[in-house]
Amino acid sequence: MSATTTLSSPIRLIDPAFIRTAKDGTRSLDLLVDDMHCAGCLAKVERTASAVPGVAHARANLTTKRLAVDLDPSGSPEAVLEALHKVGRSARPFDPGVASDTKNEASELMRCMAVAGFASMNVMLLSVSVWSGADGTTRDLFYWLSAMIAIPTVIYSGRPFFRSAWNALRYGRTNMDVPIAIGVLGATALSLYETITSGEHAWFDGSVALLFFLLVGRVLDNRMRDVARGAAARLLTLAPTVASLVLPDGRARDIPISSVRIGDTLRVLPGERVPVDGIVTSGASDLDRALLTGESVPEAVGEGAAIHAGANNLTGPLEMRATAPANETVLAGIIRLMEKVERPDGRFVRLADRASRLYAPAVHSAAFLTLIGWLVLGFGVHAAVTAAVAVLIITCPCALGLAVPAVQVVAAGRLLSAGIILKDGAALEKLSEVDTVVFDKTGTLTLGTPRLVQGPEAGDAWAVSAALAGGSRHPLSRALAEAADAQNIRAAPVTDLAERPGFGVEARWNGLPVRLGRAQWVDAPTDRRSGLSEVWLRIGDDEPQAFLFSDELRSDAKATIAELEALGLDIRLVSGDAQGAVERIAAQAGISQSLSNCLPGGKVEALEVLAKEGRKVLMVGDGLNDAPALAAAHVSMSPASGADIAQAAAGIVFTGEQLGPVLQSIVTARKARRKISGNFALAVGYNIIAVPIAVLGFATPLIAAVSMSASSILVIANALTLGLSLRRIGTRHPTKPVAGSVS
Amino acid sequence: MSALLGLIPIALGFGILALLVFLWSLKNGQYDDLDGAAARILIDDEQPADTNPDKKEQRHV
Repeated sequence: MSATTTLSSPIRLIDPAFIRTAKDGTRSLDLLVDDMHCAGCLAKVERTASAVPGVAHARANLTTKRLAVDLDPSGSPEAVLEALHKVGRSARPFDPGVASDTKNEASELMRCMAVAGFASMNVMLLSVSVWSGADGTTRDLFYWLSAMIAIPTVIYSGRPFFRSAWNALRYGRTNMDVPIAIGVLGATALSLYETITSGEHAWFDGSVALLFFLLVGRVLDNRMRDVARGAAARLLTLAPTVASLVLPDGRARDIPISSVRIGDTLRVLPGERVPVDGIVTSGASDLDRALLTGESVPEAVGEGAAIHAGANNLTGPLEMRATAPANETVLAGIIRLMEKVERPDGRFVRLADRASRLYAPAVHSAAFLTLIGWLVLGFGVHAAVTAAVAVLIITCPCALGLAVPAVQVVAAGRLLSAGIILKDGAALEKLSEVDTVVFDKTGTLTLGTPRLVQGPEAGDAWAVSAALAGGSRHPLSRALAEAADAQNIRAAPVTDLAERPGFGVEARWNGLPVRLGRAQWVDAPTDRRSGLSEVWLRIGDDEPQAFLFSDELRSDAKATIAELEALGLDIRLVSGDAQGAVERIAAQAGISQSLSNCLPGGKVEALEVLAKEGRKVLMVGDGLNDAPALAAAHVSMSPASGADIAQAAAGIVFTGEQLGPVLQSIVTARKARRKISGNFALAVGYNIIAVPIAVLGFATPLIAAVSMSASSILVIANALTLGLSLRRIGTRHPTKPVAGSVS
Repeated sequence: MSALLGLIPIALGFGILALLVFLWSLKNGQYDDLDGAAARILIDDEQPADTNPDKKEQRHV
């Protein structure tokens, strides 16, 4: 669970690959600060970073949640991270390569759109004069001016389409950009010919307006994908990169984990992650293995225990002997498994591409038949080519190009305001096809953090426990302290408070020794089989008293699952936990089909079986152990409290303590799907009217301009109505993640 | 007709000027952080330059 680690994770050395060095020696670095939401956070982050000695300049970007830091030669990037951690911000280095790639594409499209917008307005102005009666030399002059504006614009702004069309044609395929490129180039060439020969009609306005509308669609589409790339950067900082090697003289030195050899002795301080798999040689502590198992209750380890890379050391320092090199750990295995299943994703064909597969050949044959028809009927080459180009212009998929991105941007905006982050538009399309939902248990259906369910009567026991629990970072202690807080219990005054790693906390109260911890440590009965986690309190020589904890269902889990079933979805529960615990949660949540004892690979197999049955599965999971399954599912969601790797693998990330976003996303996706179909219907309907007009040769530039703009505006307006119909379900804002209580 | 010969270049000139201003602002990063621009107006200005770094630290934390 990443949330439990942010508070205590130590400052790692930053890999030099993340730091760019300019010629004059100044170094700069991008950090991802994803819990930056408001003006206050922004100011705090910037001021904290600027106050670090050696920082020349720090500027935060609230949209991308990034902090750009420029360092003097004396500055250290680790100091910036440490300062930010001290004020409770989670900052991670961000790969500058990813950042600049995204920016270049977005700004190229934006520039193209700006140029096309300028040109279409000015050419339209000239065209309107021609339509209102300018003729003779005035018309020729206006056409020449239009040509001078339009031709450079087509060359400049058309590049994204020409490039993509050329790539498709080169490999013998066709896509939406092929008819666009042919239409725009054909219209421009014919118009130029008409201008040179003083002809009556020129389509310069049509070709640049087309480019403008299409580029609007592309810019919207690009916005959607931008978010996805930012999310991918999370993966880079997941695994521990540095190990602390114990030298023969007892001192420790940081080495990259790739140079750890089998048999090396390594030191793991509290708050650090175990760097590689190994065996504990000295020390005792509790390990949080949530990253590997998704299990929130820590495991006590002592000398001789086998421990795995990625586990978080909570309470005491450990020394360990490495038993596997970094690339052969369990963690590395899971990451490889995930990379392997991630590939088949390419099979999914996006709606827009599916439409264009039908559309492009239809348009081309219509234009070709028009050309042949006019030639056969003996109207001459000029008239035939004019009619064919008119068909190409009028059928250019302007409305079609806007049909999908316009709807997706509206839907994504709605979801974002409800705390649901879509990582790409394809996720929304896939979500609308889902017929089965598979949930993980711990951290997904449940909150993933233990809550007190049963404790002793109020009184001294509570006051003493509150004092003892306050002295430990152990998740059960925190849960106990939280429960005491909720009941307004004041901590009793205790002295000599000390944490015994792997056992518990002890102190003195009113002269009596008091202990809070494991059953054996306080001589409590150990044969209880409630399946719940427990902590015992002993005051002096009194009978020990138990506090029982369980991982609670998210408050709206049952209601959400009932509503999902009402939508006709098949709900399953798949978990790595033991059968009893899984069945108990399944019964509480109202899920009839559950599968327990699944290893990460087992979850993938379960999903593959479902996929073979022809089901489209939505996987909802949060742990590292779910990551391969998240990547293998048709589409996946992960709570923002989940492991970083799960969020990187999932197509959709949701915030808050409720499960409602799952339902809300599916409903939104289905509505968006209907709206997209509606938009396609509008675009096709427009063509059914416009194509015969063009084929018969009545499509003058005026008609082409009016009909093209009208259909595009109609499609955008239709997409905007989605916002209205979603407002009803969008009003239920989930609560902000209560980070403080978790970490 | 002669009026057009003067007006069209003027109109185009203004259009190109507006386009250049937009491209400049795009390149200059004016659209990189739209949310941040809205939030920054709410941030109080830094207090007058303080030469004592310790004091500065305290104020921010």
